[in-house]
Amino acid sequence: MPFVVCMLLIAIGLFTLLVRRNLIKLVIGITIIENGVNLFLVSLGYVRNAVAPIYTYAPPGASRMVFPTPQALTLTAIVIGLATTALMLAFVVVIYRHQGTLDGGKIRELKG
Amino acid sequence: MSVVVRTIARIVLPVGLAFGAYVIMHGHLTPGGGFQGGAVVASLVALIVVTFGAERLVRAKTWFSVVEDLGALAFVALAFLGIGVTFFRNVLANSGGLFGASVPLGPNPGILNSAGTLPLMNWAVGFKVIAGLGAVVLLLALFGKGGEGEDG
Amino acid sequence: MVTHAPVLAIVIPLLGAFALPLWGKLRRELRDLWAIVVGVFTLVVALVVAVKVLGGGEVWVYTLGAASPAAAVVQGGFPIRIVLEVDALSAFMGVIALLAGIVGLVYTLQFLREEEGKTLAMSLYLLLWAGILGLVYTGDLFNFFVFFEITSIAACGLIGYRTWESRPPEAAFKTMVMYTLGGLLVLLAVGILYGEYDALNIAYISSKVTGGLLDRIALGLLLGGLLMKAGAVPAHMWAPDAYGEAPPSATILLVVNTQAAIYGLSRVVFTLFGGVLATPGVGWLIAAFGVLTIVVAALMALVQKDLGRLIAFGAVSQLGYMLLGLGVGAASLMTGAGFGQVALRGGIFHMINDAATVGLLFLLVGVVQRAAGTKELSRLGGLGHVLKAEGGLFLLGSLALAGIPPLNGFASKILIYESSFHLSPILAVLAILSSILLLAVVLRAFHSVFLGPKPSVLHVERTQWGTILAMGTLALVIVVFGLFPGFFVKHLVDPAVQALWAGRADYLAAVLGG
Repeated sequence: MPFVVCMLLIAIGLFTLLVRRNLIKLVIGITIIENGVNLFLVSLGYVRNAVAPIYTYAPPGASRMVFPTPQALTLTAIVIGLATTALMLAFVVVIYRHQGTLDGGKIRELKG
Repeated sequence: MSVVVRTIARIVLPVGLAFGAYVIMHGHLTPGGGFQGGAVVASLVALIVVTFGAERLVRAKTWFSVVEDLGALAFVALAFLGIGVTFFRNVLANSGGLFGASVPLGPNPGILNSAGTLPLMNWAVGFKVIAGLGAVVLLLALFGKGGEGEDG
Repeated sequence: MVTHAPVLAIVIPLLGAFALPLWGKLRRELRDLWAIVVGVFTLVVALVVAVKVLGGGEVWVYTLGAASPAAAVVQGGFPIRIVLEVDALSAFMGVIALLAGIVGLVYTLQFLREEEGKTLAMSLYLLLWAGILGLVYTGDLFNFFVFFEITSIAACGLIGYRTWESRPPEAAFKTMVMYTLGGLLVLLAVGILYGEYDALNIAYISSKVTGGLLDRIALGLLLGGLLMKAGAVPAHMWAPDAYGEAPPSATILLVVNTQAAIYGLSRVVFTLFGGVLATPGVGWLIAAFGVLTIVVAALMALVQKDLGRLIAFGAVSQLGYMLLGLGVGAASLMTGAGFGQVALRGGIFHMINDAATVGLLFLLVGVVQRAAGTKELSRLGGLGHVLKAEGGLFLLGSLALAGIPPLNGFASKILIYESSFHLSPILAVLAILSSILLLAVVLRAFHSVFLGPKPSVLHVERTQWGTILAMGTLALVIVVFGLFPGFFVKHLVDPAVQALWAGRADYLAAVLGG
């Protein structure tokens, strides 16, 4: 079930990337795809009736823990996503200062 | 911003700093660690930018850049500590020295003094993230006002 | 130090990239000296890796954090830690990255002026170099994704850091969107493979992969993401912008960045899924993309008016040759036909030839732009009167790009033509026709840039020794590899080809057997 939601998020993000022309909306589209992929990664570790994988003050009587490795992978992916989003937004700000518009169709200095 | 906002910000800042330091410090015991705690403190930088204005922090730009590089260098230097066996080896864990207490298996109350180079690396990463994200927030705010901007 | 060579080759440029701005704040000469020190150390360490793996013929496995890959931390955890696994193909890519990195570093030190943001450019350059070396040395899928993203961020930073002009940030934004999308597809595939087999190590997954529906989806996603990073048609739109707007000293490393994607493709197709490729469909798909790239890029190079973008389309076209060689090799992997090995040999040899040829042409574009102040073909002309040596080098590079004997382009392209002709004659014919078209295009560019009457306004400074040294090294590589291809194929390329064609068992045994 969570995988269906992830695929839906990725599809929405891809649709945004293909259809919208505003630069900020492109960045938002990439962020939506990223969220979908991260959600997919985190949900890979799920174990039914298990608790969070923390030993400190773990609830007594808990017999199973969720797999911790996908959480580490997702954390790394979130940090990487943050860096790329920050870089893309910085470039959008610079483009806006130079060209005065955020419309991807009107920014056509580089043609061909 | 008005007096009310500035007063509350002055109260929230030390509390936020303490919480960020707590999250960084206990990364090997509870959820958290270098990046998460650094993001908490970086949001405090955003708070300062919003309430007091970005001009207050202009002098901090070089400080951010230097701390960012030092944090990354500290991280790699700590990874080099284990070069006797192989890169990234945790030589301080279970050794009895600084951060060297051994940990029993299973649920436990959490010993702060354990896990070797992990808390030290958490601090290095925490400082780097504070400096990095703080610089990004500050530069975007300054850039939006028409100040000079640089990338990176 | 020798035992830690693979990880040192990644960490030393990384350390250099972080410490460079600190030195830059103190004194500029210290910063340049630090860059030279880092370059020399990386050269030594990467050469140690190359000699030991290419000469010795064994796969070098280096575990991070423990003495051997099987030492687990707690029982029930991962049986295999993050490993760096250097086989002959990785060592070969390391040699290419080394050559390009050193040449670009020498060129950067002398060519970039201070007001162009030199500290930032050099720091990002070292970071990109570390990222490429990490990409080719790693043996772990998630680590591959992390280095994929590091190279994306560093490359886009290098393309767009000159924010005082208006074109670089636009090019950098477009490139960043394509790279990030490719990276997310790769991450999705890594997630699917992790969910199926509960491991991230390439050797371990390769031994367990079965070829079911989820595996095929993962293969498709990996191919899509890596082809986007490589810049194959139809995902090529970022390449001319990126190569055209990046500072000339960094374009050679951007080319190697693209070739690292080809490395990723070969690692995925031959090693990761090598045991289950039952049909030649995957190989045909890659070969089809290759031919499409060759033809479309050559056609689009016809209409370019900007010298940088023209050479960039030439570079994209060369990428198609590598894809064609790889695809023909993959298509004949199961049948074991002899021409598959020849195709692989041609494709892999073309990687180092392409790095040298296209690198030389881009460095020359930088010199031309500095001399004439523009890159528009309609406004350039007659530069051959003042830039005599550079004109000769441009002619050499153009002939090598088009594949004229006895230069190195011919040596690798003839292998690709021969082998793809066996698979399907149409592929070879299209490739040869596009090669002829590209020859016409670059010769026309040479004519309009260097020949003609001497222009009146010309600002030419004496080309410095570092620039000449960098370009001369690449020209030497072009000529020597063209005159003695057999020697270099035997020592550099053949071990890599064997590692792909028949070396999957060695790759697996190096991690799982030990």
